[in-house]
Amino acid sequence: MLSRLAPIRRLLTTNIRTQTYLYSTSLSPAPGFYTEQHHQMSEMLNKIIERDINPFVKEWEKKGIFPAKEVFKNLGNHGLLGVTKPTENGGLGLDFSYSVAIAETLGNVKNGGVPMAIGVQTDMATPALAKHGNEQLKKEFLEPSIRGDYVACIGVSEPGAGSDVAGIKTTAREKGSDFVITGGKMWITSGTQADWMCCLAITEPGEKNPYKNKSLICLPMNTKGIHIEKKITKIGNNSSDTALIHFDDVIVPQANVIGERGKGFYYQMMQFQEERLWGSTNVLKAMECIISETADYCNQRKAFGRPILANQVVQFKLCELQTEIEALRSLVYRATKEYISGNDVTRLATMAKLKAGPLSRRVADSCLQYWGGMGYTDEVEVSRLYLDVRLLSIGAGADEVMMQILAKMNRWPDTYPM
Amino acid sequence: MSRRILVGCKRVIDYAVKIRVKPDKTGVVTEGVKHSMNPFDEIALEEAIRLKEKKIASEIVVVSCGPSQCQETLRTALAMGADRGIHVEVPNPEYEGLQPLAVARILQRLSEREKIDIVILGKQAIDDDCNQTGQILSGMLDWPIGTFVSKVEVEGERINLTREIDGGLEEISVGIPCVITADLRLNEPRYATLPNIMKAKKKKLDVCKPGDLGVDITPRLIVVSVEEPPVREAGVKVEDAQSLFDVLKKEGHFN
Ligand SMILES: Cc1cc2nc3c(=O)[nH]c(=O)nc-3n(C[C@H](O)[C@H](O)[C@H](O)COP(=O)(O)OP(=O)(O)OC[C@H]3O[C@@H](n4cnc5c(N)ncnc54)[C@H](O)[C@@H]3O)c2cc1C
Repeated sequence: MLSRLAPIRRLLTTNIRTQTYLYSTSLSPAPGFYTEQHHQMSEMLNKIIERDINPFVKEWEKKGIFPAKEVFKNLGNHGLLGVTKPTENGGLGLDFSYSVAIAETLGNVKNGGVPMAIGVQTDMATPALAKHGNEQLKKEFLEPSIRGDYVACIGVSEPGAGSDVAGIKTTAREKGSDFVITGGKMWITSGTQADWMCCLAITEPGEKNPYKNKSLICLPMNTKGIHIEKKITKIGNNSSDTALIHFDDVIVPQANVIGERGKGFYYQMMQFQEERLWGSTNVLKAMECIISETADYCNQRKAFGRPILANQVVQFKLCELQTEIEALRSLVYRATKEYISGNDVTRLATMAKLKAGPLSRRVADSCLQYWGGMGYTDEVEVSRLYLDVRLLSIGAGADEVMMQILAKMNRWPDTYPM
Repeated sequence: MSRRILVGCKRVIDYAVKIRVKPDKTGVVTEGVKHSMNPFDEIALEEAIRLKEKKIASEIVVVSCGPSQCQETLRTALAMGADRGIHVEVPNPEYEGLQPLAVARILQRLSEREKIDIVILGKQAIDDDCNQTGQILSGMLDWPIGTFVSKVEVEGERINLTREIDGGLEEISVGIPCVITADLRLNEPRYATLPNIMKAKKKKLDVCKPGDLGVDITPRLIVVSVEEPPVREAGVKVEDAQSLFDVLKKEGHFN
């Protein structure tokens, strides 16, 4: 009840949020891309963020984990965890632009960890299962994930292989109708609280082609032999738990393979398209918000007898960054449109990710600079953002990996023997 | 029971927006400003939905008077759980002069036309804070009214209402048909779910004009000037209780 009263009390006394510098938590109108339904969904999600997420993020950051089950159930109840998933499985069967609208709106969350975990659940760990999994598997793993009863994680990276996905070593050996999995996964988002993992493992050890010897497997996380070795301590995205996981003869039915055996690497590459578009979209609002906050701060803070914002160099820098953010927005919208119409958007999604990572670092760094000493404390949003967005140039494929993909698509000669 | 509820859903400037007065002082800036459903109307609608869920009502009709963007507000209401919407089109600049008397007249005609049993409105809109429409409407319809309601309990053909009044709560009982205006503590409105947002797209939304209902909306009140509230002056710091007392005494707050 209190939470409901708070905003209205605010309104009855003073107005708090200023609407300067064109920043708003609402989506841009984007006619032809977003419809009235996208906007309504986004406003509904904004209310959830304002009531049920943002008031708690500081506490979760301190704890190093957020209650994924609770937050996901809330989102699931509002239909937000399965927007693109088949209606037969409890999803809404909408196109990917709805995922993009959610990713963009989640940029209003005041940390990076919670949106990341939500994105893992909806657009990183589950797309392959939804597209290629059989009904039995979807019933067991996808449907509870859409309802928000299950937390999903994606297990690709390992202690020995991150950028080089084809080089992972985790192996699933046949034993009767089961697999016995040995190996381990590292950097697994939500790994300490997940109910199941979409796990990439070698299932065809005899196959020498590393692109054809792997499968994606639905792995229940309470299976005997799965050890959460540790929750990794990080410099940012602190409300998201990141796990190092060890597999000690983990037995899982062969029936848990998503789609065709040996196609796991290929499915994962397809899954990466959505993951990269999602991540690139998610950072837009956070960047715009910090620019707006920085301008507000610099407008109040005086040096040499005038507001810091009254320096042309500050205004020009912020305007330039705003322009680049809008350019990135246009790129993700266009890539999304092409993706929806059935085109392979590997190139555009890769470019979006390659733009989003470095741009978000530049935005955070430039803004932090204008906050001066305040920017170097842990009391302001800008320092938190600075540490959170640093991940975007590493996770879901490092910037260099993006460039490698693009170079390959140009069919330029290999730069070193592969 | 096949009772029908009419709920008013006004589109207002969002509560979080900082209001700015227009330079010519004729009103406040509305262009390019985020709007949403009046929070008290959300509460009114929530109560109507709960009555429908308890099978006390069978249909909820939502109405909004104003420019075309009001249809977005109605879609939100339909997504929350209303059955159909009526948009009474009043384009700008006429809308700026739309006053409670005219809105009440529109609601009266609609209540009669749609065979409404219960009208639930917000106690006031957070833009003009008039707090008049429900009261005028009850007079026009000659129906009983409960204003500032924080609890609704239907018992047969009567409704027991708890009203928030100065200094406490008042319990009254009204017969149906009636008008109710919702206060803040009546309930906590739900958020529309995405499946319901998608379904709302297909719900019926009729458009009409005040003239179609035989209502003349010519304003009876003239706005002379709209002013910003005075800026709060800076305070002074005092050392201790004694100096606070001295200052207050000097300013004549104690005898
Ligand atoms: C917080 C966090 C959450 C994560 N969540 C998940 C998750 O849920 N699931 C999951 O599977 N993984 C997850 N990851 C792992 C992430 O995808 C990897 O960290 C990433 O792919 C990079 O792999 P790596 O760390 O092994 O770096 P390495 O492969 O060791 O690469 C190190 C660096 O080398 C450079 N480099 C690599 N290849 C090239 C090249 N070809 N040319 C030039 N330079 C190159 C790049 O700068 C790269 O950053 C997460 C990581 C973090 C930090």
